[in-house]
Amino acid sequence: MKFLPDQVVARLQTGMQTPDLSGTRYRAIELLGQGGMGAVWLAQDSILQRPVALKVLAAENSSADLASRLMQEAVILARLEHPGIVPVHDAGTLPDGRTFYCMKLVEGKTLDRYALKLPLRERLRLFQRIAEPLAFAHSRGIIHRDLKPANVMVGSFGEVLIMDWGLAKVMATTGAPSPTNPVPRQVVVDLEESSAATQISGGAFSTPKQDPGHVMDATELYPPAKQVSGHVVDATELSPLAKQVSGHEFTRAVQGSLKTGALAPENPTAHGTVLGTPGYMAPEQERGEVNLIDQRTDVFALGSILKHLLQEPPGSQEHESYSRPLRAICAKATSAGMSARYPSVQDLAADVGRYLDGLPVSAYRENIFERMARLVSRNRVAVVLVLAYLFMRLLFILFSRR
Amino acid sequence: MAPNPQGDAFPLTRHSVVAAAQGPDPEERSRATDAITSSYWRPVYKYVRLRWHMEREDAEDFTQDFFSRLLEKDFLASYDPAKGKLRTFLRTCIDRLFMNQLRDAHRQKRGDAAIHISLDFEEAEHEFAASTQTGSAEDYFEKEWVRTLFALAVERLRVQCQSAGKTAQFAVFERYDLGDEDSRPSYAVLAEEFRIAATDVTNYLAFTRREFRRCVLSQLRDMTGSDDEFQREARSLLGVVPK
Repeated sequence: MKFLPDQVVARLQTGMQTPDLSGTRYRAIELLGQGGMGAVWLAQDSILQRPVALKVLAAENSSADLASRLMQEAVILARLEHPGIVPVHDAGTLPDGRTFYCMKLVEGKTLDRYALKLPLRERLRLFQRIAEPLAFAHSRGIIHRDLKPANVMVGSFGEVLIMDWGLAKVMATTGAPSPTNPVPRQVVVDLEESSAATQISGGAFSTPKQDPGHVMDATELYPPAKQVSGHVVDATELSPLAKQVSGHEFTRAVQGSLKTGALAPENPTAHGTVLGTPGYMAPEQERGEVNLIDQRTDVFALGSILKHLLQEPPGSQEHESYSRPLRAICAKATSAGMSARYPSVQDLAADVGRYLDGLPVSAYRENIFERMARLVSRNRVAVVLVLAYLFMRLLFILFSRR
Repeated sequence: MAPNPQGDAFPLTRHSVVAAAQGPDPEERSRATDAITSSYWRPVYKYVRLRWHMEREDAEDFTQDFFSRLLEKDFLASYDPAKGKLRTFLRTCIDRLFMNQLRDAHRQKRGDAAIHISLDFEEAEHEFAASTQTGSAEDYFEKEWVRTLFALAVERLRVQCQSAGKTAQFAVFERYDLGDEDSRPSYAVLAEEFRIAATDVTNYLAFTRREFRRCVLSQLRDMTGSDDEFQREARSLLGVVPK
């Protein structure tokens, strides 16, 4: 047996971790990042001669559930064609058996790093741009569920991209919003469960409570909006595999479960899978109430991001971030009660827009002095001109009396 | 004992090597115990040299004794995969055996084991002397375990390439992936050295690395006590780790 020096063992081990791209159009260049579920590699697409990012499952022996989930993430991304959502180019299985998908290489900074030294108003405008792709995803019935500054990238031209849709939930919209029901009722299909359901029913998603014999096909998963209202199906009902927590969400899930005591498999509807990031997870998400999750869950996370953006860097002289309207917007977006939050991310972004335009925000009822101060602040030039005129007029009157 | 060049002949089933070592089929039992011995004797020898500061000859006797008892006394019957890794179990057995031998005034003289296993201690001693021993003895045992895993996988690959008539492929792999970092040749140099095209170097390396990956997994299966342990070790060893 040949003795292998430490250096060679380390090299072989690194080589083992590199995905086998032989026979594919990609060539691995370097590891960009990794999580428990998989890693993202910088690769070169040898046909189109461009760098791409490959998200590859950690190892070929990963469970079919994880592979299915990664593929579901790719499918979701492929359906969300929006400038603020990273496009998927390709997906499949590598020669070594690992599932992968190929996406556009995003070069930029995460939101927390990018926004570090920006003035408040620029941070708020950036925030509005985060809401755009999110609103688009919601309109397609997809909830991100893991929004946080680390999952928002700002590109070199200031473009905002929402990353990491691994926890996304597909929701089939089944009702139109109304004044009494601002959020349509939804059939909820969890990615984890959908992968499990795929194994059980051969690629279809069953909705047992609605119709025990009914099998939902892919077109029903992404239906045209405003279908007939139906029963809210807890994704955890779809399969016992829904209780499994694995992949890169594991730590977060465990943290969440430790905090909330959730993940109990005994009661599938009361205690579902807890996935997300503590600090950005809405209360219903922390409790694992999968059936309650809708776009207001993302509103909560977006409100938490707004809170993060309002934090002034050390040494900053700006005090505007502590203004009552902004604090009220944050408080409304991150309300514990879902009904007290903004019904959509557009409403949240619009309120921030009103603040930027010097208009009253819906989250805060201002008193007469605050309204005056806001009007003065908004019409500074006009106020200065009027005051100057009045002052000149006063001087004229005084001098003319002499 | 020869380093199990027939390792790839060992049935690569989901059935663990530990279960096979206790199974009813004598042939399978023999191959399983051979697989365990060839995978573990080096880490065991080096571990006792470091952990218990045994002299070379004592460590050789102890290693012989340990594996003889493993075969004779059915140590593995008390191994429970749910409680831990196979290597942790074996390390605990080593420590217990050492303590028992210390305590037992009437112990059987080491080296008197009924079964004598042929092990190349000369080479192991040379490796022990050449290796850097930082950290705890337990960490060292883990490190040596990984080294043995890869070394045996290389051996499997060599045997496999030989039988498949792909010695050139293995030679390129050996030269490029197993050589010193300082003297690592470029693809062009390798192509010239082996009188093949530079694209062949790429293909040869892709082939051998892919096969090597399989060999490591096969070897790992022989060195783990359960399918669950195998899965976890494979993820830990082959999965991506942070830089």
